[in-house]
Amino acid sequence: MALNFGYNISKPRVIDIDRNNLRKSVEIIRELPELQACIGCGTCTASCTAGNLTSFNFRKVHTLVRRGEYQGAYEELNKCMLCGKCRLLCPRGINTRGVIMLIKRKLGDF
Amino acid sequence: MLKVAVIGGGIAGMQTALRLRELGIEPIIFERDKELGGKVRNWHLLFPTFTESEAVLLPLKNRVAREKIEVRLATEVREFDSTSVTLASGEKIVVEAVVVCTGFTIFDARVKDEYGYGIYDNVYTSVDIERMFVDGKFAHWRGEEPERIAILHCVGSRDEKVCQRHCSKVCCVTGVKQAIELKRRFPKADIFNFYMDIRMFGPGYEELYHTAQREYGIHFVRGRISEASPLMDGRVQIKAEDTLTGRPLRMSVDMFILLVGMRSNSENEHFARTADLRLADSGFMQPKDLFVNNVCSNEEGIFYAGTVTAPKSIGEVLNEASMAADRVAEYLKER
Ligand SMILES: Cc1cc2nc3c(=O)[nH]c(=O)nc-3n(C[C@H](O)[C@H](O)[C@H](O)COP(=O)(O)OP(=O)(O)OC[C@H]3O[C@@H](n4cnc5c(N)ncnc54)[C@H](O)[C@@H]3O)c2cc1C
Ligand code: SF4
Ligand code: SF4
Ligand code: SF4
Repeated sequence: MALNFGYNISKPRVIDIDRNNLRKSVEIIRELPELQACIGCGTCTASCTAGNLTSFNFRKVHTLVRRGEYQGAYEELNKCMLCGKCRLLCPRGINTRGVIMLIKRKLGDF
Repeated sequence: MLKVAVIGGGIAGMQTALRLRELGIEPIIFERDKELGGKVRNWHLLFPTFTESEAVLLPLKNRVAREKIEVRLATEVREFDSTSVTLASGEKIVVEAVVVCTGFTIFDARVKDEYGYGIYDNVYTSVDIERMFVDGKFAHWRGEEPERIAILHCVGSRDEKVCQRHCSKVCCVTGVKQAIELKRRFPKADIFNFYMDIRMFGPGYEELYHTAQREYGIHFVRGRISEASPLMDGRVQIKAEDTLTGRPLRMSVDMFILLVGMRSNSENEHFARTADLRLADSGFMQPKDLFVNNVCSNEEGIFYAGTVTAPKSIGEVLNEASMAADRVAEYLKER
């Protein structure tokens, strides 16, 4: 019988680029290379209705995906209503809505 | 005796003409405005030392007068090549060489209509703030002291949506300088600078940033404001992502200040076409190279000085102007 000592070992929080499989991320960037031009300004998140009401943060999700952190990304992106407001404002001209659909397509089986 | 045409009588034009005279060459300045000085005339105190702009302008203007350099005010140059300039009046003047010192254009903040400049009250540009300091009059809501001020970086710079990809270089430090000046003027106000990257490229600039944080308590929030909307009481509500916490941020301010960028003059295109000159992607004139020939154009006999080739600070402009005059002298000697 496993004893419960009231604590457990939490998963490491580090983004471990040595271990993460960047294949999907490379594929995503190959299809929409403009995503690499993101300057992390947060305009997309600031303008996002979903992000103002829930914990959804598009900037964070796509940055994590680019680092090979795919866990939960698909579910998070389901909160997006594809309204396209972020795309109207992105100063780097990134097709943000296209990014969302592409990531969902690539990570559908994750 | 033929003269060397200096097009534009801002700091670049004045310094170029003065150095040409030192080298024994006769300059003639053409200035569109009724006065010499260019944009610097509109600034109150200069970064990073809070020096009065007159301390830069007066010595230059006085020397131009003392040296009896020929200046033609209210005279716009419409076209030029390496041996002549054509004025708006149609007059054509034959010259030995041309130095283009026509400067830059201030980005029109109305283009970014999501920030409400010219639509809501209490939205200002950095240029308006300079004017308010010069006039000593602050037009803000209901005439009361502002309690909260937001300053937004990169307005009309680094923005594909308005076709201005370049960084305007001087607005970060201008934003920090204005935050400090506003805090001195309104000690009770909380001031927030919204930035994407803080670019403190010059001597004393990083120190000014530090001073703003430590001595003046200016708040720096990393995130670009996405939109502004007016409130019933005349204040402005702004929205951004506080990217360092990863959460959306909302706030009401009494003054919303846009740090407008430096963009290229629209005439550059016409000049490039008529004189066979190269333009950079940003629309600024493209020097022959960015190193030893950074004040030369791709055409013999046509030179550049100052912000006509890219955003620059005053010190950089003055250095370049002297360099341009030296290269003109070399060109005239070798010809
Ligand atoms: C808000 C703001 C604040 C700033 N504050 C500072 C500061 O504190 N410290 C600092 O170092 N720098 C500062 N700068 C930068 C500074 O303003 C520039 O470096 C400087 O103005 C560049 O001088 P210039 O002569 O190249 O161009 P300009 O100042 O633009 O002068 C160009 C001149 O050419 C004339 N001209 C243009 N076309 C023609 C034509 N076809 N025919 C005849 N004449 C023509 C114009 O009328 C003008 O007088 C600031 C910039 C901004 C936007
Ligand atoms: S608005 Fe564009 S540049 Fe800014 S964080 Fe979002 S995707 Fe990146
Ligand atoms: S498209 Fe999606 S991420 Fe972009 S603003 Fe709309 S809901 Fe938010
Ligand atoms: S100097 Fe600063 S505010 Fe100006 S465009 Fe560059 S990063 Fe933006």
